[in-house]
Amino acid sequence: MKSSRLLFGYALAYLAFLYVPVLVLPLFSLNNSAFIAFPLAGFTTRWYAGLADSALQHALVNSLKVGIATALISTLLGLTAARAVTRYRLRGANAALGVISLPLFIPDIVLGISLLLLLGTLGLPLSLASVVLGHLLICVPFSLTVLIARFEGFDRNLEEASADLGEDGWMTFWRVTLPLMLPGIVASLLLTFITSFDEFLVAYFLSGTEATLPVYIWSQLRFPARLPMVLALGTLILAVSVVLVIFAEKLRNQGVKKPVVGA
Amino acid sequence: MSFLSVSKVSKAFGGNTVVDAVDLDVERGTFFALLGPSGCGKTTLLRMIAGFETPDSGTISIDGEVMNAVPPHQRPTNMVFQSYAIFPHLNVFDNIAYGLRQLRLPREELRRRVETMLATVRLEGLGGRAADQLSGGQRQRVALARALVREPKVLLLDEPLGALDKRLREAMQIELRTIQRKVGITFLLVTHDQEEALSLSDRVAVMSGGRILQVASPRELYQRPNCREVASFIGEMNFFHASVKDIGEKGVTVNAGLLGNITLPRANAANGIKTGDTILLAIRPEQVRVASEGVTGEIITQTFLGERSHFHVKIAGRTAPVAVSGHPPPGSAVTLAFPPENLIGLPSSD
Repeated sequence: MKSSRLLFGYALAYLAFLYVPVLVLPLFSLNNSAFIAFPLAGFTTRWYAGLADSALQHALVNSLKVGIATALISTLLGLTAARAVTRYRLRGANAALGVISLPLFIPDIVLGISLLLLLGTLGLPLSLASVVLGHLLICVPFSLTVLIARFEGFDRNLEEASADLGEDGWMTFWRVTLPLMLPGIVASLLLTFITSFDEFLVAYFLSGTEATLPVYIWSQLRFPARLPMVLALGTLILAVSVVLVIFAEKLRNQGVKKPVVGA
Repeated sequence: MSFLSVSKVSKAFGGNTVVDAVDLDVERGTFFALLGPSGCGKTTLLRMIAGFETPDSGTISIDGEVMNAVPPHQRPTNMVFQSYAIFPHLNVFDNIAYGLRQLRLPREELRRRVETMLATVRLEGLGGRAADQLSGGQRQRVALARALVREPKVLLLDEPLGALDKRLREAMQIELRTIQRKVGITFLLVTHDQEEALSLSDRVAVMSGGRILQVASPRELYQRPNCREVASFIGEMNFFHASVKDIGEKGVTVNAGLLGNITLPRANAANGIKTGDTILLAIRPEQVRVASEGVTGEIITQTFLGERSHFHVKIAGRTAPVAVSGHPPPGSAVTLAFPPENLIGLPSSD
C-alpha cells in the first residue's frame, strides 16, 4: 500500500516535470504583460493578434514548404529502401541500414556545420533546398524505421496472390501494396513533416536569408517586447504537433489485423 | 504431349539443387498429387509452374503452350497458397472478385459468378464478411473460390489443408474432391501427408531429394511401390533381403534366407532385376498371415491403432521385428506365412 502510493507520487512528479514547462508556454501567451513573470497580469489575446506579421508568415510558409518537401521525399526514399530490405535477400542490407541510420546519432550541430562547409566548398548557395537536403538526412531513418515495420507485418504471398490472379506489378502495387502500406505511409509523412518543421540547428546553418519558423523565432528572442508573441506562436505549433503525433502513432499501430487462427 | 507437361526441369538455390531434372505429365481434368517429405522440392516445382520461380533448365508447358517466359499474371494457372493469402483489406466478395477485374464483366455478371462460386464452396451469404472475421476453414474456402472463379486450366494447391485440425481437414478433403469433380479443372496438389494424397488423387507422384521416384495411381503406389523409399514412405512395410536364383516364365525364384526359397509372380518383381541380384522382398503387415506352417517367432509388442491394430513378431536371426495386422493369437509364440503373391521384389538400395 505504502509503496504503491510512493509509485503514484513518483509518476505524478515525473509527469509534472515533463509537462509543467510546456504548460508555461500557453499560460504566458495569454498573460496581459510583456514580462514573463508571476503574478499574472490578466487575460489577453493580443499576442495572438500580433502573429499577423508578414515576416512571420513568410517564415511559416518557408517551414511548410521545407516540411512538405522533406516529408514527401524521405517517405518515398524510405518506401523504396524498406521494400528492398524486406522483400529481397540483399547482401550488405544490414550494413546499408546502419549507414542510413547513422545521421540519427550524429549531433545535429555537427551535421549542420559539415553541410554548411560542404555547400560552401561546392560553391552552392544556401536556400530552402539546402535545408531540405539537411532534413532528409535526419528524416529518412525515421521513414525507414516506420515503413520497415509495416512491410514486415505484411505477408509477401499477398503480392504473389495478386500476380497469380492476373494483375501485373503496377496494378498489384495499387490494389494490394499501397492500401496495406497506407497507414505506414501516412505515419511516415506526419513524423517526418513534424521533425522537419520543428528542426532548428540544421535549418539555422543552411537556410541563408530564407528563415524557417524556428529560425525566425530564434531571431525574435533578441527583442524582449516580442517574447510573448513568440510564446503565442509556440503554443500554436505545440498544439498542432501534438495532434499530428497522436494521429501518426494511431496509424502506425493500426497494423494489418492478425487473422483469426483455428477453425 | 500431355495437358501439363514438365520436362527435365531443374532448379538450384545458391548451388543447392532443389529440383533435379524432373519430368511430369498430368492429364487434363485429373486430381494429381505431388507427395514428398518437406524439403523435397515439391513446393519449388509448384512455384515454377505458377511462374514465381524460373527453372534453371527444362520446359514447362500447359495445354501445348510453353510457359517458361510467361509471367505469373499471364499464366492459365491459379494457386491456393499455404497461408491462403486472403487480402486483409477486402471482404469475402471482393477477395473472390479480385481476379475478375481484368475481364471487365458487367456488374450483374460479376455478381452472379462470385455468388455461384460462394455457393460452390458453401459460403453463401458470407460475401460481406471481413477477411479478419473468418475461421481457418472459411479462409481456406475463400482462397479456393478466389482461385477457381478465374476458371484456370490448372489449379495449384500448396499444402492447402496443412493449417487445419484433423477433423476439419478430413471434411475438407472430401469437399475438395467433390468440388474438383464438379468443376472438372485439373488440380495439382502438393502435400507431405500420404493419406491426403492417396485419398484425394487420381494419380500421385512421390518426390524425394528433388527427384520423382514414382508416378502411379494411389492403389498401384500402395500395392506396387517401385523402390524402398516409396514403399516405406507410404504406409508400413516389412523388408527381407533375398537373392535372385532364377527368372522363369512362371515367376522369379528367390532365396530369402529365413523364409526359404520363394517363387513370386513376375509382375511382383521390379523391372531390371537379374539373376544373381540381391534384392529386397517387401510385404505389407495386413498381408502377413498367421498360419500353422511357416516361420515361427515371438510376439514382442502390440500397437492399438483404433480401427486396426498391429503386433510385432521377433524372428530368430533377424533384427527388425515383423509387423503384422490384426489381433495376435493367444500365447507368445506364433507361426507366420508370407503368401508369395503378396511379396514384392524391389531393387536393393545398398
